[in-house]
Amino acid sequence: MQKPHGRDEVNAITRPLASLGQATIASVAGVGYAAMLLLESVYFAAVGWRIGQPLRPRAIFEQMRQIGVDALPIVTLLALTIGIMLGIQFIAALSEFGAQSQVVVAVAKSVTREFGALITAILVAGRSGSALAARIGSMSVSQEVDALATMGIEPVRYLAAPALIAMLIMLPALTIFADAVAIIGAALYSSPSLNVTPTAYLMQTLSLLAPGDIWQGVAKAGVFAVLITLIGVSTGFAVSGGAEGVGRATTRSVVLSICWIIVADMIFSFFLNR
Amino acid sequence: MNAPLALIEVEKLEAWYGRRRILHGVDFNVNAGEIRVIMGGSGSGKSTLLRHLLGLHKPRSGTVRLLGVDIGKATEREMLGVRRQIGVSFQGGALLTSMSVGENVCLPLREHTRLDENTIRIMSRLKLEVVNLGGFQDLMPSQLSGGMVKRAALARAIVMDPKLLFFDEPSAGLDPVVSAELDELILRLRDALRMTIVVVTHELESAFKIADTITVLDQGEILMTGTVDAVRHCDNERIQDLLNRRPREIQVDADAYLKRLTEEAAA
Repeated sequence: MQKPHGRDEVNAITRPLASLGQATIASVAGVGYAAMLLLESVYFAAVGWRIGQPLRPRAIFEQMRQIGVDALPIVTLLALTIGIMLGIQFIAALSEFGAQSQVVVAVAKSVTREFGALITAILVAGRSGSALAARIGSMSVSQEVDALATMGIEPVRYLAAPALIAMLIMLPALTIFADAVAIIGAALYSSPSLNVTPTAYLMQTLSLLAPGDIWQGVAKAGVFAVLITLIGVSTGFAVSGGAEGVGRATTRSVVLSICWIIVADMIFSFFLNR
Repeated sequence: MNAPLALIEVEKLEAWYGRRRILHGVDFNVNAGEIRVIMGGSGSGKSTLLRHLLGLHKPRSGTVRLLGVDIGKATEREMLGVRRQIGVSFQGGALLTSMSVGENVCLPLREHTRLDENTIRIMSRLKLEVVNLGGFQDLMPSQLSGGMVKRAALARAIVMDPKLLFFDEPSAGLDPVVSAELDELILRLRDALRMTIVVVTHELESAFKIADTITVLDQGEILMTGTVDAVRHCDNERIQDLLNRRPREIQVDADAYLKRLTEEAAA
């Protein structure tokens, strides 16, 4: 059979368009699914106990331990490093203008408003977001999620809601902790060059910081917490294709979380600093 | 006259994956107290039918009624009520790997009852004894053999004393002796606990041994439903193919074949 003329040319144009369209639909569907997970989690947290789907405090505490307490050593290490790094950079940059004394305020504001929340969120996305995706993904593959559903245990209530609540508590808490450690790190590095004691540095920091600075970081951490959990859980539930699928979902959840965190951070900073 | 009570009623159920139709208007009833085996080759739609019976998929058209509740229209509370009365043993067991065997079996009791810990512990151990896994409650699922995983999953499925028990491929991946033991166990459960049991399998031997009635599914359609003898002596060609392990004779449509080979992309 003779093909109609020009079909190859039409295909060459329509195929990229079609795949663009499919990718768009898939990502819109992904956002929709995540939004639905958020609504369902909030619903079960609020009224679950009335409809026989109560949230177990034990499950929430277990998640809080995994997300928060277990992350303390690595958060400490990274926050300290970031604090020292900021001290180095600000001293180098500000001494060009002879404004070394401004290092304290520069570190204090940049850590509390930006770096504390950002570093903690990226770390938790790598540690706990991926763990959520891997755990739920391997449970979907081995039909454990189906088993929960047929036992009358809503998978969203059992797997997603406790993680969301734990993340909403622990990420802001970790952020405040990281703020403090980073500022201590900066104090340790820069107080000798500023000819003050570390204690004096810290006292000056406290007097310069406004509650609004801390709140900015904490509010961001809340948003990041929702993003990390939803991306981890939704990529986990969407796993198909065995062990390889679980691996792909884990990677995907980390990459997606970090992208969304950075974009959300930029948007937040723009609106909060106008 | 008392008509036997139907625990599962399926009417004109259709299922689609994308544009492919998996189930073509399936009608299906299971009465209280019987052991029904759903039999069919790979790709016959039996897993899809099972997922609809379990309420994991909502029917796109047609109705599925479990214990008198239409699961397409059921509220969450009604659905929960149904789920407390059914037990499911999945093909791979689907035990939660983060919990010990005992905790897995306790899970439905912990989630759905207000019994105290002692009662829950005793009840779960009783069920483990029923499936001959007494004393194994502290092991993790990864420490069990294939047959033990299936039996532990069975213990979890029956811990709430369900009216209706589903069993997906009980003998898949097991040696003949272990799968024969599982068959015995299924028969014992029906007699001792008076459960209605639906088993999905493609193992002929085990199907004939445990079934009261058999439903044969092929390419999304029910070929027949009948007693073991009726199925054995049925003269339907496809059923005899299945029983005698005869390969299908595939008719080649020359035009369609050429089209598949030369087609550029899915239109």
